[in-house]
Amino acid sequence: MSADPKLKARLGIALIGVALAVLPFVVGATFGNSWVRIVDFALLYIMLALGLNIVVGFAGLLDLGYIAFYAVGAYLYALLSSPHLATAFPALFAVAPGWPVWAVLPLGALVAGLFGVMLGAPTLKLRGDYLAIVTLGFGEIIRIFLNNLNAPANITNGPQGINNIAAAQIGGHALNRPLELFGVMVPGVHLQYYFFLALTLLVVFVCVRLQDSRLGRAWVAIREDEVAARACGINTRNVKLLAFGLGATFGGVAGGLFAGFQGFVSPESFGLLESVMVLCMVVLGGMGHIPGVILGAVLLALLPEALRWGAVPVQQSLFGKVLIDPESLRLLLFGIALVVVMRWRPAGLWPSALRKRELAAHGEAA
Amino acid sequence: MSAPLLEARGISKRFGGVQALREVSLSIRAGEVYGLIGPNGAGKTSFFNVLTGLYSADQGEVRFDGQPLPLGVPHRIAGLGIARTFQNIRLFGAMSALENVMVGRHIRLHTGVLGAILRTPAARREEADTEARAHALLRYVGIDRLANQQATHLSYGDQRRLEIARALATEPRLLALDEPAAGMNATETAGLRALIEKLRGDGMTVLLIEHDVKLVMGLCDRVAVLDYGEKIAEDVPDVVRRDPRVIAAYLGREAADA
Repeated sequence: MSADPKLKARLGIALIGVALAVLPFVVGATFGNSWVRIVDFALLYIMLALGLNIVVGFAGLLDLGYIAFYAVGAYLYALLSSPHLATAFPALFAVAPGWPVWAVLPLGALVAGLFGVMLGAPTLKLRGDYLAIVTLGFGEIIRIFLNNLNAPANITNGPQGINNIAAAQIGGHALNRPLELFGVMVPGVHLQYYFFLALTLLVVFVCVRLQDSRLGRAWVAIREDEVAARACGINTRNVKLLAFGLGATFGGVAGGLFAGFQGFVSPESFGLLESVMVLCMVVLGGMGHIPGVILGAVLLALLPEALRWGAVPVQQSLFGKVLIDPESLRLLLFGIALVVVMRWRPAGLWPSALRKRELAAHGEAA
Repeated sequence: MSAPLLEARGISKRFGGVQALREVSLSIRAGEVYGLIGPNGAGKTSFFNVLTGLYSADQGEVRFDGQPLPLGVPHRIAGLGIARTFQNIRLFGAMSALENVMVGRHIRLHTGVLGAILRTPAARREEADTEARAHALLRYVGIDRLANQQATHLSYGDQRRLEIARALATEPRLLALDEPAAGMNATETAGLRALIEKLRGDGMTVLLIEHDVKLVMGLCDRVAVLDYGEKIAEDVPDVVRRDPRVIAAYLGREAADA
């Protein structure tokens, strides 16, 4: 007897739901709460990777400056939720701006989206390597701006960054403080986890819906053959700008969450290596394939932490001393992983299969 | 005599030192199969690319159904009702045959970002309708059984058919085929010919660029001949076939004089 596939799917979703709900408690109890924090970061990376996936995976536009949108979201949140502006411009801000999170995050998404369109507009005719160079430059420009915008007016506080950023508040409760629920103390990192998880699920949902739509098809069409896409009536300019804008939007949201989570932002967090990291998540996982991209993000987010945790004791027991420090080992393994995956699984660890449509099966039977 | 569906006037196009098109004028009537032939490098594909918006013209204008065509803006030309296929087949390789045709529907659909995310009833209807129409078009060109095959896995002849189905999905009033029989064997060419005749029977206007002179002469209602970027003849096949300038263009001056 074969179970109803719909029922099976529902059961699967329910199981995943339960697993995700208890995950922070399991992880916290087994490895300690610092690992819950790492899981929180993994969620941020999933959002980033899914955003970049729209640009690189769907539309095929190689973007090496994606982290700039993360920076825009993070700094916007930082400026609107910290005392920095009030300190730097006492004449303009009598009290420190303390925008609620439900206003800052959409605003961050919007502003990052505008930056995405700003990057997209002048690069519409570029493809491949050329586009990669321009976007790389764009990412660096944003970082350097953040680094130097402390004079003549101190907007970003330069290389020192902005601190004392208020954590996101939901229902009057700041998410960095523990909350007692039904007699159970839920630590702050767990609360952040649920908050991030909700937004990550929203991002996944949006990605899936877009992929299955007229726009998702248009993106892939541009990736596969831009000339044919234009001949098919696709306004490639608008559709590409939409990809840049929407991808940047996710980056902006993730950036806002990052700022509220860390309580501190500085230009250092938004370097080229971060852009490359997110790109690697997309490429390693499986370009254009949402589950693959999620897998890539989780693996690459957890890998350095796993090394930090395991590399020292393993080397101690093997050699009696630490030969390679975990940080260098991370980049080494990272490089090896990239080479191995590109050699044996060039489409990524979990590449997308050809989409089959149900209606087609009926047509074939008829 | 019916009014022309498409009228090109004085189209010129130059690439650096090469005059690809020199004052080409021609008119295509609704419902006919119009052939465009000429030796290699005569400017057939250049003319095609101007007509479908991939190139802009240096001079001249094209009127389609009385309206000037926005040359150089392919998606708008597709929207006005001119669809094309490519000499070297250009399919969306990673997509299934069905999805290729669904992409062709793009310009006739309206779902935006919000509609797609929220999957509104209108968006859902549109999606179902798109899929049904795509299947119908695949059936029309005879490859519905391959709907779920990856486009690149189709045979050469079927890829041609798929490209035609994708072009038809834009709901064109003029279907422009760029050397559809190139590289086909005799059976495939016969099948293609049957398909074009079926299209004509259903009222489609077809512009056909072709090297296979036999196919063009047997199929087309009227034929224009390009040579070195100039139109040297335009008439029914039997007249064009005997035109000394055409013979000269294809076989050389002496053959025409002989």
